Amino acid sequence: MTAVRALDKKILRDLRRMWGQVLAIAMVLAAGVSTLVLSVGAYQSLEETRNAYYQRYHFADAFAALTRAPKQIEQQIAAIEGIGTVEVRISKPAILDIPYFSPPVTGLVLSLPDHRPPRLNQTYVRAGRFPASGSSREAAINEAFAKAHGLEIGDQFQAILNGRKRRLTVTGILLSPEFIYAIGPGDLVPDDKRYAVIWMSEEALAEIFDLDGAFNSVALQLLRGASEAHVIDSLDEILKRYGGAGAYGREDQISHAFLDAELQQLKAMSRVLPPIFLFVSAFLINMTLTRLVALEREQIGLLKALGYTRAAIAMHYVKLVLVIAAFGILIGFALGTYFGHGLTRLYQEFFHFPFLVFKRDADIYPLAAAISLGAAALGALHAVMRVVALAPAVAMQPPAPPRYRQLWAESLGIYRHFSQLTMITLRHIVRWPLRAAMTTLGLALGGALIVVSLFSVDSIEHMIDVSFFLSQRQDATLSLSDEQHERVLQAAANLPGVMRVETFRSVLVRMRHGQFEKKLAVHGSPRQPQLFRVIDRQLKPIVLPEDGLVVDTRVAELLRLKRGDVVELEILGGWRGAGRIVDMPFVRTSARGDEATHLAGGAKGRVRVPVLDIVESYFGLSAFMSRSALNRMIDEGYLVSGVHVAYDGRFEDALFEEIKSTPAIASIALRGVSLQKFRETIAMNIGMMVTIYVGLAITVAFGVVYNSARIQLSEQARELASLRVLGFTNAEVSRVLLLKTTLLVLAAQPVGWALGYGFAWLMIAGFSSDLYRIPLIINASTYAWSSLVVLLAALISALVVRTRINRLDLIAALKTRE
Amino acid sequence: MAIESVDNGENISIFQARAVTKVYHSGELEVRALDGVDLELFESEMLVLLGPSGSGKSTLLNILGGLDRPTSGTVRFKDTDLTRLDEPGLTGFRRKHVGFVFQFYNLIPSLTARENVALVTEIATNPMRPEEALSLVGLGHRLDHFPSQLSGGEQQRVAIARAIAKRPEVLLCDEPTGALDSKTGILVLEALVSVNRELGTTTAVITHNRSIKDIAHRVAFFADGKITHVEENQQRLEPAAITW
Repeated sequence: MTAVRALDKKILRDLRRMWGQVLAIAMVLAAGVSTLVLSVGAYQSLEETRNAYYQRYHFADAFAALTRAPKQIEQQIAAIEGIGTVEVRISKPAILDIPYFSPPVTGLVLSLPDHRPPRLNQTYVRAGRFPASGSSREAAINEAFAKAHGLEIGDQFQAILNGRKRRLTVTGILLSPEFIYAIGPGDLVPDDKRYAVIWMSEEALAEIFDLDGAFNSVALQLLRGASEAHVIDSLDEILKRYGGAGAYGREDQISHAFLDAELQQLKAMSRVLPPIFLFVSAFLINMTLTRLVALEREQIGLLKALGYTRAAIAMHYVKLVLVIAAFGILIGFALGTYFGHGLTRLYQEFFHFPFLVFKRDADIYPLAAAISLGAAALGALHAVMRVVALAPAVAMQPPAPPRYRQLWAESLGIYRHFSQLTMITLRHIVRWPLRAAMTTLGLALGGALIVVSLFSVDSIEHMIDVSFFLSQRQDATLSLSDEQHERVLQAAANLPGVMRVETFRSVLVRMRHGQFEKKLAVHGSPRQPQLFRVIDRQLKPIVLPEDGLVVDTRVAELLRLKRGDVVELEILGGWRGAGRIVDMPFVRTSARGDEATHLAGGAKGRVRVPVLDIVESYFGLSAFMSRSALNRMIDEGYLVSGVHVAYDGRFEDALFEEIKSTPAIASIALRGVSLQKFRETIAMNIGMMVTIYVGLAITVAFGVVYNSARIQLSEQARELASLRVLGFTNAEVSRVLLLKTTLLVLAAQPVGWALGYGFAWLMIAGFSSDLYRIPLIINASTYAWSSLVVLLAALISALVVRTRINRLDLIAALKTRE
Repeated sequence: MAIESVDNGENISIFQARAVTKVYHSGELEVRALDGVDLELFESEMLVLLGPSGSGKSTLLNILGGLDRPTSGTVRFKDTDLTRLDEPGLTGFRRKHVGFVFQFYNLIPSLTARENVALVTEIATNPMRPEEALSLVGLGHRLDHFPSQLSGGEQQRVAIARAIAKRPEVLLCDEPTGALDSKTGILVLEALVSVNRELGTTTAVITHNRSIKDIAHRVAFFADGKITHVEENQQRLEPAAITW
């Protein structure tokens, strides 16, 4: 066993002596490392879990809904080039009545093949079994719904299927890759209590829905390398005459899209936040170590005088730094792994997986470690090299006394207002402007991290304000199972407690502009809707133009649209005009004088419509038209797809009862419940992230302030002790130090706000998806919080440093030479 | 070039140190820095404490100045028992009554000569103007220079000006010429003598330089933590008359 070398002992003792600073540096480093491990880890785990789930349970690559097609078509579909597997099935909406639960539950009923397992979108059986073949009384339900209502095997509930109320018995509890994110129509976040997926025997459903020997839903798996676009086009061609609503790939499948948006968000976070944290910690370490090593100047001179080589001395300090860094990295790994698991588990709350794969790409750890170690070692080397370059005799001498100069402001006589103690502070800052600037930047970064951790709450509150209060003022939205004549308005108005009704027509289209296209619904409302208002970019409700289209900013962005552009709409779904009408009677002159015209013959069922306005919407892809214009365009008479209603809460139960027994209603969305659920989900999701990141940001802020105050104390110890000797009290002497910290902390605030805004912008840029956009809104209170936290961190570290001032060794300060 | 000695018999005692002992613990080792020292300082006198390094002079000076406390014994400043004062009490004592001059000047590098002096006058009750104090030490023409722009002797004279500007009752100087060459050192001593003469400030000067003892009224000889004897100078010399 070799004895510990003297220099290595020095490392251990130095670490013990500076433990407070060592811990502060290590914690900042840990914050950087853990954010990287956490977000990359959560991202990878979620992605890996999804991939494994998709693969094992044969999640389909493409989907299509249609009105009704004979099963023979399946052969035709399978013959499309590039298709590997086809599954045709029945998929229908249903309203459920759950015992002791007043609001109607929206359900989706899916068929299970009777004599074989499903080929695609296979289910994981958590409990029980599939419903018996041909049984119209048995059903399997999704796990989330079962859990939300405490439903178990053998329990019963009622469902309106094709206008008839039926009692169903739960035989199985299932999970499906199609419903990882199970969200009801019109909802923003999953509400497991109000949305159910129900699997029943295909034979039974065919009988119930009059689809004997027919289907209305297709799922496909593509062969490797097949062109999705080609398959979708071919499929649309086949399904056109069967009321095809436009085939779509996975990216438009709702559960997949939400999961994808979440992954994208995590990825954005992992690309923006950890680099910021790592940068801040690297910067802080560099700053701190440079100055720590500079304080060891005399010892370095001595080591050189004793014959240690430059390399050996440099190595000594690098080792010291590496030990500190290793300490931080280990804490970071532990925290990151722990938080990462927590976050991944949290996702299981609203992403329903049968299992979780905790994926940790081994390379995040070395990456995080390498960045941190590199930053630390660089910081140390930089300082050591400057010192070892000096001749030992010079190094052993203290550095030449710093040269000060008068401040420019002094020539104006401003300084007369300051005491000498204040002058000491001001001249210090001016003497080392770079140092002051770096400290300010470090503090600003601490504040910026808090802004970027907190701002999402403001943005989401803004989304809620605009979407749930400014735009949507209905209490419920009832969607009809089939388009119905406007007369339904009267029926809706007669429902118990209903005070106001507003009908809408929703038409599924494929919107094209040049090479860009997107499938979305055009929403037709009264020109001046009261319940579901269209909001412009200045957040004012607009009056819809008499003709022409209004799209939201996301659609405009995706299709590169500006006001006045003309888009082509291909009307999808069971449109009676599809494939039949060449000459559409819809020729209107728009407000701007442009003409909405038909495409030349051949392109059946396509309409060209001008975009007359671009409006704001944070959820989904929205396009609006006045209902009369839309109806004229479709030429199917005055049909409506649903009704927005405002009702008196006192009659809610009666209203719900009525809705549950109204066969025409396919689904119901409740704004209040949606909002509440949205808030809950956000609180849970964002809440945890915000807690973690704010915690880390506080660590950083504290680390910066504490370290800079400690270093300042070491550098000015002699000066401060001299002041004490001269009869200045501890409080007065502390002021010199604290004033500087205060000034730098204050100067850092606006910089921190600006940086925070910039970082938030970077993050937001990665958050946009077709499902939702998060606007960049940062309230004054968020800036205030960030400042408050930094000021508090500064205050606490100042108090800690203050106790050091009380312990200054006055006599030692007189003995050592400057 | 002799100066007249004061008659101690008529003078009032300012400091009384009785059986002052100071023991430092350095690990296992016990270092007796002061071992039962008795000493009195009189108003307006100039006392030189002479002895080799480690003989206990600085320790005594630090205790007299309220920078340190004795392990045992009493130190009285006029009617105040310094050994009974707490930390804020000692700070107040230094602030009001004591001026310090140290071997390494201990100036604040970020303040000019004038500001270094103003530092003290700002917290004193009846100070002289900083310019006046600096003129007294012959630096009336270097008011706005920073320490880094002054020679060692000039820096030490700024320190003296800073120490006397608040008109302290006692001026304690620890090796004030220790870092200076003889020529510069004499300028500093001249400043001390003139302050002592013109303001009547009781002055104690620590030195290991025997030549300096001749400028004092009395000389206390230190060895091994004790005062071996005290001599009175019948014939004081002007600083200009001494050399080393």
